[in-house]
Amino acid sequence: MSAFKDAGHLFRLLGVFAAGLLLFLIVRGFLVPRSFGEYGHYRGNALAEIAARPVNYAGHATCEGCHTDVFDKKKDGKHAHVNCEACHGALAKHADDPASVTPQKLDAAVLCVRCHEANAAKPKSFPQVVSADHASGVVCDTCHQPHSPAIAAGGAK
Amino acid sequence: MKLTRRHLLLLLPAAGAAWKYVLAGTPEAAPDYNRTEHWWGMLIDLPRCIGCGNCVRACQTENDVPDGYFRTWVERYHVSDYDIENPDVDSPDGAKSGFPPAKDPSGKNFFVPKLCNHCADSPCTQVCPVGATFISPDGVVLVDKTYCLGCRYCVQACPYGCRFINPKTDTAEKCTLCYHRITKGLTTACCENCPTGARQLADLKNPKDPIHEFLKTHAVQVLKPYMATHAKVFYNGLDGSVR
Amino acid sequence: MYPNEVELQWSVLIVLYPFLTGLVAGAFILASLERVFNVEAVKPTYRLALLTALAFLLVAPMPLQLHLGHPERSFEMYLTPHRSSAMAMFGFVYLWYLMAVLVLEIWLDYRRDIVLLSQSSTGLKRIIYKVLTLGSSNITERALHIDERTGWLITLVGIPSAFLLHGYVGFIFGSIKANPWWSTPLMPVVFLFSAMVSGIAAVMLLYMLLTRVRKEPIDMRCVDTIARYLFYTFIIDFTLEMLDLIHRIYESDESFRSLDFMVHTKLYVSHILVQIVLGTVTPIALLGMTQILRLSEAARKRIYATAGCLTLIGIFAMRWNVVIGGQLFSKSFLGYTTYKMGLVAREGLLTAIVLTVLPFVILWVLVKLLPPWSEGKRTPITAPAHG
Repeated sequence: MSAFKDAGHLFRLLGVFAAGLLLFLIVRGFLVPRSFGEYGHYRGNALAEIAARPVNYAGHATCEGCHTDVFDKKKDGKHAHVNCEACHGALAKHADDPASVTPQKLDAAVLCVRCHEANAAKPKSFPQVVSADHASGVVCDTCHQPHSPAIAAGGAK
Repeated sequence: MKLTRRHLLLLLPAAGAAWKYVLAGTPEAAPDYNRTEHWWGMLIDLPRCIGCGNCVRACQTENDVPDGYFRTWVERYHVSDYDIENPDVDSPDGAKSGFPPAKDPSGKNFFVPKLCNHCADSPCTQVCPVGATFISPDGVVLVDKTYCLGCRYCVQACPYGCRFINPKTDTAEKCTLCYHRITKGLTTACCENCPTGARQLADLKNPKDPIHEFLKTHAVQVLKPYMATHAKVFYNGLDGSVR
Repeated sequence: MYPNEVELQWSVLIVLYPFLTGLVAGAFILASLERVFNVEAVKPTYRLALLTALAFLLVAPMPLQLHLGHPERSFEMYLTPHRSSAMAMFGFVYLWYLMAVLVLEIWLDYRRDIVLLSQSSTGLKRIIYKVLTLGSSNITERALHIDERTGWLITLVGIPSAFLLHGYVGFIFGSIKANPWWSTPLMPVVFLFSAMVSGIAAVMLLYMLLTRVRKEPIDMRCVDTIARYLFYTFIIDFTLEMLDLIHRIYESDESFRSLDFMVHTKLYVSHILVQIVLGTVTPIALLGMTQILRLSEAARKRIYATAGCLTLIGIFAMRWNVVIGGQLFSKSFLGYTTYKMGLVAREGLLTAIVLTVLPFVILWVLVKLLPPWSEGKRTPITAPAHG
């Protein structure tokens, strides 16, 4: 094997590379997270971790569980499909422990115009007014009950 | 040594305890949620959107979205009568505080809410170098923020501009379709707070989901279909000027 | 602009990175001209080109690390590489090129010198050289012949590897269908040829500078040959870039209006003035003059130096226009943003300048450790018999 006699340094180099590769594979075995590859090329535990985030909005079904009177008033009016927290804010904490968190009183002047201020881009069929000209600047909930806003025999205050 | 009944009586309870220990180390979703039974998407009924910005605010509250970045936002389009290719579009702070009155009420004006499209063939998951972003078995594109390097390749690859880097975690972030809510039977924060029902969560694998009937009876599109991302957010009444 | 698009994602460091890897690929191709294609004339620059490539290759990952949100997690690319991601696969291309091509080729070419130096030097240097010999002091004719043949084979493999190295960087951009400024099959090719141009220019400038510093006579045949190759490569590079431009203008697709406006306003200085006029047309014209006219040695040297510097500026501008330009316009084609480059920030101008200077510092160390000049030729000169 005289051909290999003078190639000793190349074999040494090969050995160095092989050792490096082996070291890498060993280190990799320790460092790759256990759940990686469970469902795909990602850390399987990530799914459960993301799903375990706390919830801030309780959802209308939860509100209606206790506040059945409001639900009854709302269900026949125009705001039937406007969910409670859309106006009242995130109240999951209140739903969990009603006594500990009291929802704030809402400012109708600010709240109502968010949806009902006239804007050219809103659908024409959507009820909208120029608030400055409507009802000579009186606050919205003077005439409109938010849970059932129609001004008719039954709905108005 | 032969395995006798006596051995089993000792081994099985030990194995049971050990198995419970293994299970305890693996956090689970809601106990009756089976990932393979769902394929999530969303329906956006554009004629109903009033640009109130409730969805943007709700998303920020629900998901701790940092100011200046958006997991969802609403755009207002103004299309003049003769130039459908070049609409005027504005989205003041992502519509977090709604919109000011339109400068030019003539022509065609409408709102378009946008969010991550949870593409079935998403370019963002394709380019992630380490597998930090992925599509879940139930069709939601998610980011594993403990694994993300913050290389920003996915942000570049998204054709819809729905991704950003969270300055607090220095990792990629985007709409998760409120994964933590939908796996518990709730709907997303944006859909919950939309007053007109313009946004509706859809489960494409559920035969009883109203989206199937809706898709059959309406002209529905996705954004940038030529990108072939197989987006799962469907827009009813999407105008040709929408970019 | 989509609200999340206002802030740029990739900064000046990501402009620097393809510039540095481009210099690597270009320097290596120049070295391979001599080794594989037997272009005798450029032999004096062979070792210098290899060391230049190594110096730049060692610095190349640094802008990437500094740009990451979590550089401490960057090793994940080697642990769990996502096979569909060009960026992940590039990690391995880089590693292959560094270890199996460049380091190996340098080691094999220098091995005789390393062994001799390990015997003749003292102190820390002696230890370094001893380690580099890997314990073998065999520098017989036969061993050196084996080194020569192996080195030739490695260079042969190294040429497509160098193409792959920088072509991949081009592919990282070219494969993003979401961005029409980047998404073209020409991107890897344009990147590669502009890399070759910048690498050849860099080695040419370094050679001219170092011979001056060392007060050695300059080998004009060598420099003339390098300049000729620079000229040819530049013509190809310019043709490719013009092809891309003409194609865009002619097809005038959805993105064209927005991109055209961007080039004429936001990128006017960097693209039209610096990259095209100053950085491409001028050097080509200057080099073309040296090919057509008979000029004195002094005039040629001045032209080469000028053309070389302008080339490097122009290629840097090209990287700038691709990376930064690609992020200045909205994917809706309806808006633009601006790049606010920090000065003394992690991804700021100062960092970019330091990272540009660093390879030259490393090159200085390498030149001291592995002198390219102890012998201008690669064939071993007879040394006094040592142990």
